[in-house]
Amino acid sequence: MKKIYMDYAATTYVDPLVRKEMDRYFSDEFGNPGSFNSFGLNAKNAVSNARSRIANILGCNDNEIIFTGSGTESINLAIKGVARALKKKGNHIITQKTEHDAVLKTCEYLEEEGFEVTYLDVDRHGLIDIKNLESEIKKNTILITIMYANNEIGAIQPIKDIARIAKKYNVLFHTDACQAASFLEIDVRKLDVDLMTLNGSKIYAPKGIGILYLKYGVPIVPIIHGGGQEFGLRSGTENVPGIIAIAKALELVQKEKNDEITRLSRLRDMLIDGLQKNIKKTILNGHPKTRLPNNVNVSILDVEGESLLMHLNEEGICTATGSACTSRDLEASHVLLAIGLPAEAAHGSIRFTLGRKTTEDDIKKVISVMPKMVETLRMISPVKIEIDETKWAKN
Amino acid sequence: MGQKLKVIEAVKNDANQDSTWFYSDIVKDHFFNPRNFLKDKKDMNKYDGYGKVDNVLCGDRMDFWIKVDRKNDKIVKCSWLTWGCTSAISSTSMLSEIVTKNGGMKIDDALKIRPFDIVKRLGGLPKIKYHCSVLGDQALRAAIYDYFRKSKQENRIKEEVN
Repeated sequence: MKKIYMDYAATTYVDPLVRKEMDRYFSDEFGNPGSFNSFGLNAKNAVSNARSRIANILGCNDNEIIFTGSGTESINLAIKGVARALKKKGNHIITQKTEHDAVLKTCEYLEEEGFEVTYLDVDRHGLIDIKNLESEIKKNTILITIMYANNEIGAIQPIKDIARIAKKYNVLFHTDACQAASFLEIDVRKLDVDLMTLNGSKIYAPKGIGILYLKYGVPIVPIIHGGGQEFGLRSGTENVPGIIAIAKALELVQKEKNDEITRLSRLRDMLIDGLQKNIKKTILNGHPKTRLPNNVNVSILDVEGESLLMHLNEEGICTATGSACTSRDLEASHVLLAIGLPAEAAHGSIRFTLGRKTTEDDIKKVISVMPKMVETLRMISPVKIEIDETKWAKN
Repeated sequence: MGQKLKVIEAVKNDANQDSTWFYSDIVKDHFFNPRNFLKDKKDMNKYDGYGKVDNVLCGDRMDFWIKVDRKNDKIVKCSWLTWGCTSAISSTSMLSEIVTKNGGMKIDDALKIRPFDIVKRLGGLPKIKYHCSVLGDQALRAAIYDYFRKSKQENRIKEEVN
């Protein structure tokens, strides 16, 4: 049976071209960039070259690129690093409710250190209100951290507007762009952000490599101490193959961006339409238009997500759910609850995230097999959710 | 500042770390071919006792109906509906089989069924699922107590001890 992978927002496979380019840095050019010998020099040059290529794509200088171990680590460095560096200036941070846990849990941690955090509400499409953001800025606000595009519902935040507000009040702005990198503008000068997080494992590079763009002059302190690598901001021997890989991966996603946006947007809309036409009481979560080209998130009422995933998995279709039943903490998705979805509908959510290998046939297969699965589950379900479908389907 | 940071134990006893969602063939069989569920909602009136259980944590719900042979004090037929994950569905299905096999289970024996009995029959469940999704026995006991109330046997109702 052909497996259909539709969980690209969780992670991507490693592109063969990326793999090819990083391959020699495992056992041939395996040197430590910090070593004073030819192996070390070659590794150092390779890292420096990769840094330049990435800076070129992001529209920044080489010394504004910090390599880390993951998106989560970049986020931790950005938020904790800036907050602690600026704590004499102020202790207030603004974020919003549908952020990834990497941001939310870091902010919660900082609250224990004495920082004050405002978690902005979002509307039912998952978007923040710029006026609301502006009204929450105070004299002691030092950092705004708001994601570029949401990992669960694909909602795209108004990054340029946020950056404008941040500038107006002289507050630093970090954005988590892990999901955005393949599809949206990531030129940091055009976006006018001060810090931006990227992650290899979402853009066809391996797991274990992240980037933090850090505008020159932004006050920051490290969270990992040691040998002083990465301008003293991220000690630890460099992940040379990972660094080479993420440079190549970023180049590839940039090259294919426009074609992939067109191709995937069409497949995305085909899937949304097909599911809503063939399965009654199917609600689209997130914004109908202001969403990533590869994201489909629907709630199928009266069924529970994990059991639907099980049916899909049996057909070789690999997806994700916001149901509590697959999460580590056994809680329903905080994103779906934040957009105001009733808990039962959050439990019945299913996320398809498309990518390079997704074909029209894959979409057709999902649309053709899912109605029967839902029917089976609804037959044994005692739940009949009474929410006004039209209210949720419109806007 | 002044606030104490929470210290995470070096080795956290976290059952969820590295646990998988792997389901046994028996679980899958009951999930894909559920037994004894209530096919026609109109039939719910044909039963002698009804009970339900909601799990606020995980978002499971189970409804359970029993038909009793009063003379022999046996459950001769049962039916159920479940909203929940794979293990919630298959454990309820398995329970319905346990209760009705060999002409039906004595009520006193049915009252003794606990999650572990169901999990054992299912060939095990992922650790993370164990406490949250096996709730059928509670729904069954609720149905039996409902039957007791309806048949003037309140003296047989015991305080629920979990």
